[in-house]
Amino acid sequence: MTSSPSTTLPEARSAVQTTRLPLATAAVWAVSAAIVGYALIFGGYAATIISFALIYAVFVSGLNVFMGLTAQVSFGQSAFAAIGGYSSAVLTTTYAWPPLAGMSAGLVFSLLAAWAIGFPTLRLKGHYLAMATLAIGLITYEIAVEWESVTQGYLGISGIPPLGIGPFEAVSDRQILVVLSVVVLVIAFAVKRIQHSRLGRSFAAVAGSEEAAATLGINVARTKLVSFLLAAGLASISGSLFVHVVGYVSPEVFGLHMVILAFSMVYIGGLGTVAGPLIGALIVSILPEVFRGMKDSQDLAYGIALILILIYAPKGIAGVAGAFDARRAA
Amino acid sequence: MSAILEVKNATRSFGGLVAVNDVSFSVPSRGVTAVIGPNGAGKTTLFNVIAGTISANGGTILLNGEDVTDFKPEAKAAKGLVRTFQLVKLFQDLTAAENVKVGFHLKTHGGLFAALFQPAWARAAERNSEKTAADLLDLVGLSKVAQTSASILPYGQQRLLEIARALACQPSILLLDEPAAGLNAEESERLARAIRRIAADGTAVLLIEHDMKLVMDIADDVVVLDYGRKIAHGTPDAVRNDPAVLAAYLG
Repeated sequence: MTSSPSTTLPEARSAVQTTRLPLATAAVWAVSAAIVGYALIFGGYAATIISFALIYAVFVSGLNVFMGLTAQVSFGQSAFAAIGGYSSAVLTTTYAWPPLAGMSAGLVFSLLAAWAIGFPTLRLKGHYLAMATLAIGLITYEIAVEWESVTQGYLGISGIPPLGIGPFEAVSDRQILVVLSVVVLVIAFAVKRIQHSRLGRSFAAVAGSEEAAATLGINVARTKLVSFLLAAGLASISGSLFVHVVGYVSPEVFGLHMVILAFSMVYIGGLGTVAGPLIGALIVSILPEVFRGMKDSQDLAYGIALILILIYAPKGIAGVAGAFDARRAA
Repeated sequence: MSAILEVKNATRSFGGLVAVNDVSFSVPSRGVTAVIGPNGAGKTTLFNVIAGTISANGGTILLNGEDVTDFKPEAKAAKGLVRTFQLVKLFQDLTAAENVKVGFHLKTHGGLFAALFQPAWARAAERNSEKTAADLLDLVGLSKVAQTSASILPYGQQRLLEIARALACQPSILLLDEPAAGLNAEESERLARAIRRIAADGTAVLLIEHDMKLVMDIADDVVVLDYGRKIAHGTPDAVRNDPAVLAAYLG
């Protein structure tokens, strides 16, 4: 039994509750909007880069629900992006389905796969779960390569139609940017609502202490599964979006590279925050372009920039902004 | 008075060590029952067996007459038995109020649909949680830190917060694992007041405690363990003068 010092400091500090606008978080959104706005105005190459960043933001939002809100690790989310992407690709080309139908079918397949995979593996803890999910990503990649009758192996599938509903199609750079921006905003709004709901609190409880969560009547395995399904669903949607925007898919798209990039984005942006996935995806996508002029040393500069961000903003950009707002409010 | 919890011949051993040996006692549906004993007497093991954190090798646990011996902690919580931990296990990233709101999990419902579309019933439930959480924080004297992150609360307040969170489940019996450990005298007194109020409001309380002053102050009934066996059971005064208890404590 150790006696610990007890102070009334926090009590006194937060006694006066002032409601100030979360300015720093608003600034993160404003910067994100400015970057997307720049791409909208100038189009061309900038629009392509930002479109990919927004697709990644969808994928990373899913990863953020599982890793940020629920504090679990998965290296295998690329598997669900692959299932979504290939479902869309095959169904819209070989079977001439409309994009939204293909995307929905992909979502159903991904959720079924996530349920089948998650049900046994989510009982594993810590690095066992991480290893199991890593295997799932690698297995899916191999299937995409080997199942040539459906996926056409390394050749990939081309001629995938653009995003669209009925007669409306998003063909130009700007139309695509607008559609993707709306998708990202809707997802951010949904994540915000989840965070402050009974479901979101059960995620946070599992993240905080599985033992305590269980004593409050929370079914820990089931809560993790719901979080995993959400993450898989968002990954699947991002895979579908990718193939429609690019018009082509091959196994390399959903390789380990995707997982590593997404991890950088979720940490740079801020694990467990609402704005994190978007700002993280934008920054990690833009940095290589910023350093392009440095030729040979661009990879080095890119690496140094990522490390510097994580040293000075260990909770990510949106995480630091949130902490700053909380301090001002207290 | 009827018993809410009956422990019958509970036994738990680890290899050759019998940590809890054939212990039987019952906890009345009102009042405070304390389990005491020297270090290594098997208090924590007994507590974990009752809470479902570890399984029993033998014996039965009846909760309101129902056999819950092999129930997992979440199933026992659903039946009205909720515990706290000796080493506080709060949800560090949440505020004090949010921690308490997690405790309403069993008493509320709603999943993804309710979160995304916030139908009127879900919003009403959320407002109700908000208000009840405020009441519970008031009960343990933490109203002022409702919006403070649990991670930066002083230790004593963290303990009180864990009790408020457990109460949010509206348990019929609350198990407190050494609630006064690490508290200073003032905090300990505040804790004693809170426990008395909880018991007065009709929740049975079962606690393990080292702090004899606290036990003698608030317990109606005391169970004494030594080497895994029950050696005495009675009122604080009776137990205090029991020769077997004196022998166990003084050697």
